[in-house]
Amino acid sequence: MSLLVDTCANLSLGLITLGIVLSTYRLIRGPDMPDRAVALDLIGILCVGFMAVYTIAKNDAAYLPAGMAVALMAFLGTVAFAQYLRHGGDR
Amino acid sequence: MSDILVSILMLIGSLFSVVAALGLVRFPDVYTRMHAATKAGTVGVLFLMMAVALYFDDGAVTARALLVSAFFLLTSPVSAHMIGDVAHKLGIKAWAQDDDE
Repeated sequence: MSLLVDTCANLSLGLITLGIVLSTYRLIRGPDMPDRAVALDLIGILCVGFMAVYTIAKNDAAYLPAGMAVALMAFLGTVAFAQYLRHGGDR
Repeated sequence: MSDILVSILMLIGSLFSVVAALGLVRFPDVYTRMHAATKAGTVGVLFLMMAVALYFDDGAVTARALLVSAFFLLTSPVSAHMIGDVAHKLGIKAWAQDDDE
């Protein structure tokens, strides 16, 4: 593991964390429920990206399947959220 | 050489992720926010998966990275379509130029 990859991995982790914080702002603030659904979807996507960079930072490929599981959960959560709103959930 | 490529891919991917989140915060209505979040977010993850596959240089890891990439390319448009459809059904208006925010 070279110094360059180490530095860039830490920088990337910081950037992705910033992205998750920004999405959380939209999740809390979002004027309507679909805005919150989109924010939750993006948080799931960014978590998978975080896992990918963490795999490189820790030099351990065992973290990648966790990212796959998070991806699956994020998709199912978004679909469930959309169905809930479609069938008259609380706006 | 491979280290430089991995670092560049990682930085590009995380920059795309931040831009996606920035679009989610800054855009005026749910449809444009969705456009920023799903497209830029997916491209960011694809770049990060490329970095992982290149860094480990191992068949099993590359297969997993490809699987995650394919999964995102398949599911991200589906979830975006579902949310957009629901937003339209709930009667959320699209942003127009003469609106004041």
